[in-house]
Amino acid sequence: MELVIDAVGKDYDQKRVLDDISFSLGNAEIVALVGPNGSGKSTLIKTIAGVHTQSTGTIRIDGNDIRTVDPIDLAKVIGYVPQHFTYTLYSTVFETVLLGRRQHIKWSVSDEELSRVQHSLDALEMGHMAGNYMDQLSGGERQKVFIARALAQDPELFLFDEPTSALDIRYQIEVMETMREITWERGAGMIIAVHDLNLAYRYADTVVVLNGGKMAGYGKPQEILTPTCISKVYGVDSFVIENEFGKFLVPFRANAAP
Amino acid sequence: MEEIHKPLTPKKVTVHSLYKEGSTRRIALIIGLSLLVIMAAVISAGIGTVPISPMDTILAIGHSCAVMLQNFLHTYLPSIGAWYDTIPVSIPAPSNPQAELIVVGFRLPRIFLAILTGISLAVAGAVMQGLLRNPLVSPFTLGLSSAASFGAALAIVLGPGILVSYFLLSYDMWIVVFAFLFGWLSMLLVYWISRSRGTTQSTLILAGVVIGYLFTAGVMALKYTTNNEKLRELMVWLMGGMWGASWSAVLLLIPLVVICFYLLERKAWDLNALSAGDDVAKNLGINVERLRLSGLMISTFAASCCLAFTGIIGFIGLMGPHICRMFIGSDHRYLIPCAGLMGAAILLISDTVARTIMSPVEIPVGIIMYAIGGVFFLFLIMRGRGRGLY
Repeated sequence: MELVIDAVGKDYDQKRVLDDISFSLGNAEIVALVGPNGSGKSTLIKTIAGVHTQSTGTIRIDGNDIRTVDPIDLAKVIGYVPQHFTYTLYSTVFETVLLGRRQHIKWSVSDEELSRVQHSLDALEMGHMAGNYMDQLSGGERQKVFIARALAQDPELFLFDEPTSALDIRYQIEVMETMREITWERGAGMIIAVHDLNLAYRYADTVVVLNGGKMAGYGKPQEILTPTCISKVYGVDSFVIENEFGKFLVPFRANAAP
Repeated sequence: MEEIHKPLTPKKVTVHSLYKEGSTRRIALIIGLSLLVIMAAVISAGIGTVPISPMDTILAIGHSCAVMLQNFLHTYLPSIGAWYDTIPVSIPAPSNPQAELIVVGFRLPRIFLAILTGISLAVAGAVMQGLLRNPLVSPFTLGLSSAASFGAALAIVLGPGILVSYFLLSYDMWIVVFAFLFGWLSMLLVYWISRSRGTTQSTLILAGVVIGYLFTAGVMALKYTTNNEKLRELMVWLMGGMWGASWSAVLLLIPLVVICFYLLERKAWDLNALSAGDDVAKNLGINVERLRLSGLMISTFAASCCLAFTGIIGFIGLMGPHICRMFIGSDHRYLIPCAGLMGAAILLISDTVARTIMSPVEIPVGIIMYAIGGVFFLFLIMRGRGRGLY
């Protein structure tokens, strides 16, 4: 799998929300999208997911422009977990995960599809909750169900919009570890939009910094996410500490207004 | 020695077992509801101003089918007809000489109309609720009923004079045609309005509600300006009922309802995927706008076909799907047929009660249906969380 994003721009009601975004992503690579609220992270992820199309530029997956690929085939390659998710009152956990197999199901559901659902749930330690109703779960458990749904889709590229926003710190680490293992095992690529810069530090191979719809940095997290960059993009003063566990970024106060 | 203290290992719940168990229960419910509808139909055919025994009811239906088949064969396929006459077994005519006329001529078309209307309204409601991910959506809330009312009211107020003299259709048919056309038109309007703002579910719902009010204004204006006699006719239509039942209506509706049901049932998986949100559905390769347009058009078509003959029948489009969701969950593959059968059962039973409870006087079916259905639904809600009842 190779994803190449070339000069992608997006207009919403004559407002430029993404401008000239270019980067690429290979197998088993994790790209973190960081940037303040409204910087265009979700828009970029939705554009790659095929939820809406870009205004300019091209997105190619394995050399094919995603606009020319049959949506059903694209669904087999790209799995997307939105920031806000919906579910119906009477749907259960495994039914929700089963939706990830939609493009493989004609009418009845084969044992193989059910096994994949079971595996995805087990991977996130949610197997025992398969029969629960969605509204019986906590916010974090629900988020894991939606991640399991994307796993069941078995794509080559995962797109996660704030996948850990509702999770407590333990689940955040567990889910990120699981996702990193999966990208390695399957050779899948992953793009995640995150607010927690330390998650980007620890798990991302590459980081793309967005600010006002433009790229404000691209490269290895440790090299790009410096206090200078954070100050410029977020308006926050921070420092980096380094110990035997790695490098950590500590934001501590908002900049004085310029 | 026998091992008595064998440790009890709890049965491991797997996705496979959950799925199989769920499917079996859902299919059992669908079969159960089908039997309920058939039983209700047979009982309903037997009771009324002239009571007819169940045996006579079945004989009346069987005998007239046999006679009809015989006539058909003799007219079009005389060679098979001659062979048919040699079959030694025959269905005897019912002991009550009037039974055939009453059962086949009057009651059966009415029963069929109730079943077809119940199916199409509840299926339309289930699909609309799924498409718009909103539990309060029904043919009522999307303005369809108001628009159909306006169409019927217009036909009634314009009156037989103008319409019948220019065109060949009878006055009653004009009411049907107007009600259908306006019902159908309402959904086109809703879609056209919402397209200007992007067809998200909230714009569609708001557009539907607004269109509903506009047509309600039209109906009120017509009510206010029309004379007494027509006003009464209009009120009867607005209350709804199975008075318009006839074999020609039933034979027209059967293929339409069957085709619409088939087309909607084919969208079941897409509707399931839509429950995870528009964005996820799009990522799963579904053209959400097209699904909404075609789903709404087909379900509106089915609902307005039936409403045109029966007048305004509320409740079923909203409650049929809800009751079924409580029983079997939200997998549309099962929900759509189940809701249809539930709708048919509710409407048929209500209509039977409405025409027999104060026999020979008939009362509007709405009075019975809202009462029975409302109490039943309240009962379901009040039993805990309204889930896992089955």
